[in-house]
Amino acid sequence: MSDVISPIPGVFYRCPGPGKDPFVQVGDTVAAGQTVGIVEIMKQFTEVQSDVAGVVASFAVEDAGMVNPGDVIVTITEA
Amino acid sequence: MKKLLIANRGEIAVRIIRTARQMGIATVVVVSEPDKDSLAARSADEAVLIGPAPATASYLNHEAVIAAALESGADAVHPGYGFLSENAAFARKVIDAGLSWVGPSPEAIEMMGNKSRAREAARDAGVPVLRGTDGPLREEDDALAIARDIGFPLAVKASAGGGGRGIRFVDTEEELLAAIEMARGEAGSVFGDPTVYMERFVPHARHVEVQVLADGEVFVHLGDRDCSMQRRSQKVIEEAPAPGLPEAVRERIRSSSVELARRCGYRGAGTVEFLYDPAAHEAAFIEMNTRLQVEHPITEAITGVDLVREQLRVAAGEGLSVTQEDITFTGHAIEVRLNAEDPSNNFFPSPGTISALQWPEGKGIRVDTGVDAGSVVAPFYDSMLAKLIVRAESRGEAIASMLAALKQVQIDGIKTTIPLHQALLARPEFAAVEHHSKFIETTPGLLEAL
Repeated sequence: MSDVISPIPGVFYRCPGPGKDPFVQVGDTVAAGQTVGIVEIMKQFTEVQSDVAGVVASFAVEDAGMVNPGDVIVTITEA
Repeated sequence: MKKLLIANRGEIAVRIIRTARQMGIATVVVVSEPDKDSLAARSADEAVLIGPAPATASYLNHEAVIAAALESGADAVHPGYGFLSENAAFARKVIDAGLSWVGPSPEAIEMMGNKSRAREAARDAGVPVLRGTDGPLREEDDALAIARDIGFPLAVKASAGGGGRGIRFVDTEEELLAAIEMARGEAGSVFGDPTVYMERFVPHARHVEVQVLADGEVFVHLGDRDCSMQRRSQKVIEEAPAPGLPEAVRERIRSSSVELARRCGYRGAGTVEFLYDPAAHEAAFIEMNTRLQVEHPITEAITGVDLVREQLRVAAGEGLSVTQEDITFTGHAIEVRLNAEDPSNNFFPSPGTISALQWPEGKGIRVDTGVDAGSVVAPFYDSMLAKLIVRAESRGEAIASMLAALKQVQIDGIKTTIPLHQALLARPEFAAVEHHSKFIETTPGLLEAL
């Protein structure tokens, strides 16, 4: 298992914008470096990427939930 | 008008409260959960909690804002800038709820919110516009022939865009058709309207703008401003009057902006924005903002007119207190926007607690702030904390005065953009008015030295 950690404080979003499809869903296969969500801080958006290839196991933060630096956002089961 | 609800936060909420208080109007400010103890909340007579941190659930929530106004017994709503200030649907709901809307009619907001309709209205009023498609580019149009007529480089813009969003630049004929295709696709998915138009692109343009005020019967301008120092299309330093404009250009943008307001039957404060091509000595319409502008204090500094007071008078049906003959210009004013960002780390946002705070004091210095010592700068909203404004006899003295004032500012606990302002104000290009809206990004070594 590999955790994707938020590097910054802010608000986590699973979609690139309102009404858009989520970047990834639980059960999706992801490549290393693939974006799994974004964190907004003061209107600036930072993409959060998986370091490893694998399958999305779970989200630890709900959409539009607060994150602090070091918080786990997504857990990936490594391929 | 007895009681005013302010649908905003931060420095602009505090600034509106100040004038309302002077006019004997009670104030209510809406707040989100993290703003419950903000300077704005403490400055207002009442603060009403309307929702959690995300703006969509609080400051952008139409129903919650209107319910707060009705329940607190307010009779008017001032939207400030940003948030709901240019939302015609919200303005309509405010009016339908029997409240006064501090701003122009929803129809005027809608028209100016549509960039191709706004451009047509501007052209019809004699406002100089850039060479471009008159109105939207239609599917059946010969885009290449039109583009050759406009000339390259040009910009393909979303009709529903604005504020620097929804724009594609095209340098050559070969790129044109693909760029239009992509622009239509993006405009459709981002703005819900695939309509685009084409316009000449001016490299090294300056940004100038004209402040107008109107009450539906009297239409005046309060001179011009220059906001050419920008980073990623966000204004950084503003000044009034705009330096180095030929008098004929200055006169034309001022009088045609008033004419545009007159033709719309405009009410309230508005700003007509232009790009200025210093090589060709030509100004051209960008857009009209139908609200109070962030940089309005520099206009107040050189005219002595309180723009919020005039806005409130117009909304209350009292009419403007000034005519064009009353408005005179004295000296030169500069404003810098102090943002909670780290200039040494690519302007990364810097939220946190302000542990100590000291503002400069002295003749001609004004500070509009949304924070004080102990304030928590939350990560949810715009990074602008405060604005520092100076007025002096000449532009050179104003630059010197701003540099001296910046030295006196002490903000501990978070990073701010003060080092950027100090570097920019000391540049010979700024002194010589040779800067332009891409100066910050294109000047080698400027950002690296911060």
